[in-house]
Amino acid sequence: MPIITEKELRADYDVIVVGSGAGGGQSAYTLTMNGVKVLLLEAGRNYDPATETPMFQTASQMPLRGMSTREKPFGFADATVDGGWEVPNEPYTQASDKPEEKFWWWRARMLGGRTNHWGRISLRNGPYDFKPYSRDGLGFDWPIAYEDVAPYYDKVEMLVGVYGSNEGLENTPDSPNGTLLPPPKARAGELYFKKHVAKLGIPVVPIHRAVLSTRQDHESFPRRLFPHNPTAQKLTADSMKARAACFWATDCGRGCSIRANYQSTTVHLPPALASGNLDILCDAHAREVVLNDQGKAAGVLYIDKKTGRERLVKARAVILAASSGETARILLNSRSKRPEGLANSSGLVGKYIMDTVGAGLGGRVPAFENLPVHNEDGAGGHVYVPWWLYPQQHAGKLDFARGYHIEFSTGRHAPNLGVAGPAGPGYGKAFKEELRRTYGSFVGFSGRGEMIPNKDSFCELDPVVKDKWGIPVLRFHWKWSSHELNQAAHMQRTFKEMIEAAGGIAGSPTTGDKAIKPGGFIIHEVGGGIMGADRAKAVTNAWNQCWDIPNLLLNDGSAFASNADKNPTLTIMALAWRACDHLIEEMRKGNL
Amino acid sequence: MSSDPIHVPARLDRRQALAWLATAAVGLTVAGRLPAGAAEPADHPHGKRIGSDPVLNKTYVPGELWPLSFTPAQQAAAAALADLILPPEAGGKKPSELGVPDFVDEWVSSYYDETLKDRPIILAGLTWLDDEATRRHGVVFAKLTEAQQAGIADDICGVRPVKKEHKAGQEFFKRFRHLAAGGYFTTPQGMRELGYVGNTPSANFDGPTPAALKHLGLA
Repeated sequence: MPIITEKELRADYDVIVVGSGAGGGQSAYTLTMNGVKVLLLEAGRNYDPATETPMFQTASQMPLRGMSTREKPFGFADATVDGGWEVPNEPYTQASDKPEEKFWWWRARMLGGRTNHWGRISLRNGPYDFKPYSRDGLGFDWPIAYEDVAPYYDKVEMLVGVYGSNEGLENTPDSPNGTLLPPPKARAGELYFKKHVAKLGIPVVPIHRAVLSTRQDHESFPRRLFPHNPTAQKLTADSMKARAACFWATDCGRGCSIRANYQSTTVHLPPALASGNLDILCDAHAREVVLNDQGKAAGVLYIDKKTGRERLVKARAVILAASSGETARILLNSRSKRPEGLANSSGLVGKYIMDTVGAGLGGRVPAFENLPVHNEDGAGGHVYVPWWLYPQQHAGKLDFARGYHIEFSTGRHAPNLGVAGPAGPGYGKAFKEELRRTYGSFVGFSGRGEMIPNKDSFCELDPVVKDKWGIPVLRFHWKWSSHELNQAAHMQRTFKEMIEAAGGIAGSPTTGDKAIKPGGFIIHEVGGGIMGADRAKAVTNAWNQCWDIPNLLLNDGSAFASNADKNPTLTIMALAWRACDHLIEEMRKGNL
Repeated sequence: MSSDPIHVPARLDRRQALAWLATAAVGLTVAGRLPAGAAEPADHPHGKRIGSDPVLNKTYVPGELWPLSFTPAQQAAAAALADLILPPEAGGKKPSELGVPDFVDEWVSSYYDETLKDRPIILAGLTWLDDEATRRHGVVFAKLTEAQQAGIADDICGVRPVKKEHKAGQEFFKRFRHLAAGGYFTTPQGMRELGYVGNTPSANFDGPTPAALKHLGLA
């Protein structure tokens, strides 16, 4: 992807965006489509999915059969480079030694950030999800409602391309007709579960995923996205035309050289670059946001990771989209004028960080044995279970306050190193026959649930530890409440019931504290700069602007006031688009 | 994001599902430990890893990223045992002809927490195999008849009760089988035998075949 060098930097920009993932990519796209001159700073290296993605590589062509390692935690072929829960030269610390009080911080130092690797599950928050406090008295309401965000969900779905269906389920919003792409057919195992868990009252419906099941309508979508902007229409149409439809092979987590799935690098950045309004500088690690004499954001001090030198770039506004944790770190490290860091008059920068509650359970379904051979690759799980117990929960019949959805893993996946794991003892012909018979009979369910923000889960600057460039690192504090632990236990019990309803043999559910994945493990880190209507109780306002510094926006997950079970990326993009529209308007009016 | 381990819903792959099943069965949790590091021995022969930024879209072969460890004798024993565990179908190649022993060697020669645990088990196990073969029949494992090889394998594979003196052999056999089967069924021939027919582009996702639906009572 074309990028600039330091020598080509302009003297100043309209907007500097820090981070090139979902929030940063969306911000760069929205701004440049409207003629705004943007500099995008990315802390990692340049990355081009068209030339780097390992399409069709099989495990036998990879080191260690592609197994997960410390450097490549999601397997060798995963798109993430220079990323994971450990990043060279960039430590972070924990306030507690107890495993349950640690936070696993995932970062991806590469152009496109975490969007290169994510599962691409794209679920809208529903009306309840913006007003959780009003419903159950826990956590916080957002200063916005579903209706404020809905038009931006429409836009993002059209731009990135999301397959799915409208089911009319509670707090699980439908999209306007013609917005979603058609969902792929369900797999054999998915259909089997749909039939057999119906008696448990559990609905199985097509999932929403940012994958092009068909090519986008490059004539109508751009007009709907930019009704009065022919330049943006053309740039967007050209980008849509250059994307191919999914060919139903190659795990989406590897990235996509044909641009059939959403990555910031396949969707947001190409048209933004084509506009001529975007400069991208890679290996540029933002250290500090610099203020002018009026107390407004004036630029960003960054470190060129190749030389270790610091440099200042200037702009009329700054957008941080560095990931929730890194954004908090930049604000807290911007101490040249304020010891408590920037935008922190509320004292809430870094506070109320959230992840998604995750628990899983596996099993084996004998009915799937000896299934007639056919290709089940597809694109991720094709179905899911949206949270279905709203009435019971609202009536106080559950011991946790918020919902979860269920993701599926069934089918005849590409064999990997674990293929012999569950086989009985033995060898030779009988052993091979057992593997052949049971291949494809293993299933797994993952629960993804809402965590309620709490005061014990936060990050701050470590008073001692610094990274390779001398920048103080984050220290994490983490605690689950009984809501999350009880929810994780409920997930496992439910999965056992589901597997048994299909005549299968399930693993054993355990207690919530053992079932729950560690904080940060699901990589849905949000919060740390939560939005609110009261500037004393929030870092950002309803437009992702910092209350203290209106020309400084937090356009990643930082501003989330709650973390619904719906995977956050779609909402990050919708809010970033909305925030940038507002920013453009304010700049036009001369208010910033 | 992440992680519908990767996965997969995007983040839940079969390996993880299996891991959950296995760990749930013994009442443990897979969650709970940050990657810690520093567990590796300082005297490792090379200490090389894949690294955080490898070239992804190329084909690798064992020995390319770090040197292999097997002696010629261990190589021969590993080939014979892999061929015994995974006998070829009519017209198929033996695991030893498909590079499976080289993969096992790559594995035990690498520098990761998980592989370092296997290293002494596999290296010592292969040597034990030859010692045991020589003790029983006067020649190394690879030189035994298939029936003689089976005689040793039957003592350590766990199909019948394993004698106390064969417990180490049992641990070796279990890990070797795991690696050899994983290595074999990820080859094109192994995938075909298992009935995996994906990794091929198609214009549409057709869903289950009528025969598959009928098999499940969904037709």
